[in-house]
Amino acid sequence: MQLLPHFKGRHFIPEGTSIDFMSLRQVCFWTSIAIMIGAAALFAVNGLNYGVDFKGGTMIELRTKAADGGTAPPADIPALREAIGSLDLGDVQIQEFGQPSDVLIRVEQQSGGETAQQDALNKVLGVVGDKYVQRRVEVVGPAVSSELRTTGLIAVLASILAIITYIWLRFEWQFAIGAVLALTHDVLITVGVFSLFYLEFDLSTVAALLTILGYSVNDTVVVSDRIRENLRKFKKMALPDLLNRSINETLSRTLMTSGTTLIVLLSLYFLGGEVIRNFTFAMLFGVIVGTYSSIFIATPILELLGVKRDWSGITKDQQAAASAAAS
Amino acid sequence: MLHFSPFKMVSIGVLCLAALIFAIPNMFDRGTVQSWPSWLPQKQISLGLDLRGGAHLLLSMDTEELRQDLLTSLRADARAQMLRAKVGIRATGINGNSVQVRVARPEDEQRALTELRRLSQPLETAVFTSSENNITVERGADGIINLTVTDAALRKRVTDAIGAAIETVRRRVDPTGNVDATITRNGSDRILVQVPGIDDTKALKERIGKVALLSFHAVHPDVYYGGGPIPPGYRALPSSEGPGQQYLVRSNSVVRGDDLVDASPDFDERTRAPQINFRFNQTGGRKFGSWTSANVGRPFAIVLDGEVISAPIVQTAILGGSGRITGQFTPEEANNLAINLKSGALPAKLTVIEERTVGPTLGADSIRSGISAFIIGSIATLIFTVFVYGTFGIIAVVGLLVNAILIIAAMTLLGSTLTLPGIAGLVLTIGMAIDANVLIYERIREELRNGKNAVEAIDTGFGRAMVTIVDSQLTTLAAALIMFWLGSGPIRGFAVTLSIGIFTSVFTAVTVVRLLVSLWLRAEREKSRTVDVPI
Repeated sequence: MQLLPHFKGRHFIPEGTSIDFMSLRQVCFWTSIAIMIGAAALFAVNGLNYGVDFKGGTMIELRTKAADGGTAPPADIPALREAIGSLDLGDVQIQEFGQPSDVLIRVEQQSGGETAQQDALNKVLGVVGDKYVQRRVEVVGPAVSSELRTTGLIAVLASILAIITYIWLRFEWQFAIGAVLALTHDVLITVGVFSLFYLEFDLSTVAALLTILGYSVNDTVVVSDRIRENLRKFKKMALPDLLNRSINETLSRTLMTSGTTLIVLLSLYFLGGEVIRNFTFAMLFGVIVGTYSSIFIATPILELLGVKRDWSGITKDQQAAASAAAS
Repeated sequence: MLHFSPFKMVSIGVLCLAALIFAIPNMFDRGTVQSWPSWLPQKQISLGLDLRGGAHLLLSMDTEELRQDLLTSLRADARAQMLRAKVGIRATGINGNSVQVRVARPEDEQRALTELRRLSQPLETAVFTSSENNITVERGADGIINLTVTDAALRKRVTDAIGAAIETVRRRVDPTGNVDATITRNGSDRILVQVPGIDDTKALKERIGKVALLSFHAVHPDVYYGGGPIPPGYRALPSSEGPGQQYLVRSNSVVRGDDLVDASPDFDERTRAPQINFRFNQTGGRKFGSWTSANVGRPFAIVLDGEVISAPIVQTAILGGSGRITGQFTPEEANNLAINLKSGALPAKLTVIEERTVGPTLGADSIRSGISAFIIGSIATLIFTVFVYGTFGIIAVVGLLVNAILIIAAMTLLGSTLTLPGIAGLVLTIGMAIDANVLIYERIREELRNGKNAVEAIDTGFGRAMVTIVDSQLTTLAAALIMFWLGSGPIRGFAVTLSIGIFTSVFTAVTVVRLLVSLWLRAEREKSRTVDVPI
């Protein structure tokens, strides 16, 4: 242990902050509500750019064949567009993917059942020719895509339900309501951003949403733990002050953990490759929103709902027995 | 909180060392690891198809075909039963899941009912005889007797068919036995095929989906079907040689593909056209031999999945039990067909309902970018942590490294699969694992601010933070478990690394980091009476 250099860490958050978060409550509530309505409206009007997982259809990633030892030449997208356009496969999107030599082709789900999707794939691969190598092929038929839609929705709802139940058992119902509102807020706004930029929404986005839920509630639980501790400690303190104190006490932890998580997510976003870029984007965005919501949504809700002040460890039965004895 | 018995210290040390030993093979190439002496651990994390490259195919069986088969054979059984009992019947038909039998004379109806009830038998499963029967027999209106197939019987038919199909598909995917393919049942009527290392799945799909039911039939003297009523006992089947051409062939086959023991692709010696050589087993050979000797000079039809592939004339009796199939094949088709015939027919058609294929170049790129994101992300986190927490930051970093080693060792030993989202989960875990340390250290800082001395502050810091750590990690674990249930391959990989990471990060925070802090504290107290906590 003598080997360890002895040096102090730096506090990048000043010690003992006392920011009045509760006074910002009104502004934050209304801003959040406005953004949520905006996100819901976007979702209703714009919809989501569902990937093949949920919409069915075909996705093909191609790269041009490189001459021996050389780099892959840029792809001729107009030529591909013309060749594939003549196949009469309905809505077809062809775009560059990550670098000029890579192309992503998306073909909408074909009518005519499961085999029609495979036929479409064969047609596309037939006209693409031997100038390209296949990097990735995904074909999802109508049966699987409808199942994935259902499981995706159930998964998000089940996670929220599991989290509410846990918080309700562990804390009080007011905390559970605060947490669930914060979670809904996070999910809705993330979905809204996906709708706004028309980013592809697929199974991995749902996985990212679930991770955001886990992360956001993690933050909320840490603050709630501190509120409960302070409720026991300061029985007479006014609730807004107590909530403020709890947020301030946990602030450096909240920002430190968000910081390290954002660092790794940024590294994943820029270095992790094109395939998981949407996935990391959703998480990157979600971590920021999740941190915001646990401070500005989940906690102020408690003030609105009020919480039980007496946490001296007396159970309800004992209280009832005590009051019965007194009368 | 800060006391560790020597036994505890040694166990923690041994555990970390063991994890390191099991994690090390992952740092090297597979080839290098295999050349190590056998007493060293050689197991590596298995990579998912998205990193290794390969094909993931989900096949669905045509259950409607199975249902039709079941009803057709039930109808035949009912007719045979009535014939045996000498009950005259006017007609039989199929309606929904029922076979309907109309008795010719009303006075026979009771006897017919008794006889048909004998067809109803308890279903047998592998372990026990179930209480349900295969069919129910009931008297309907107008002298009709309904034989209805039970749902349990239909389900059992599908289960059995999938079981048989898995074996057939295995032989078709991997005829030589050296591909590392996994073929598993998925749900009630699906098969999941995962084949690493292939990027063009066209040939594979053509090979595995086909029923490949081969049969040899006698051909009607007219040979072709020219319209009008089909003579009884015959069927008009399309020819694969040209559209619109139909052969008239006998419904009952002479020999079926079940009697084949071998099939191999070959070329005609004279014309170099691709062909398939086959050999019958003894029964098949005998049947084919006696039929061909009685029918020299007549045509016979070779039928594959309801299509006549060729209809040659019998030149001489074929007694050796072997022969060849010629037709209009490409060499590749001949090869696929030979594999299909040898593997046996599928109980029903299989359709690809989901396909995910990753080429080897993309897989290699993903591994490379995943590793660089992991290294850069980890280094940045470590620098940041040391910057914020000083000496204790270094201890946290040691904890993180132990954590990463534990995750890799656990994944290696559990045999779980690492996918690209799994690498993302690993990187994310590094970022979030710090959370446990952050909670502890922030608590220590607070206790120090409240005027506690070093020992007290560190002790309460670990104690108080513990509750919060467990509370907050349990919720992430819940989300990860739901993801595991939700996901297919890659997403599951993410859920697995995330879950393992939660356990290991809590473990390292409460054992390794706590041990290191207590050792540091002991050393400091030997130096001076008051300890300055560098945090």
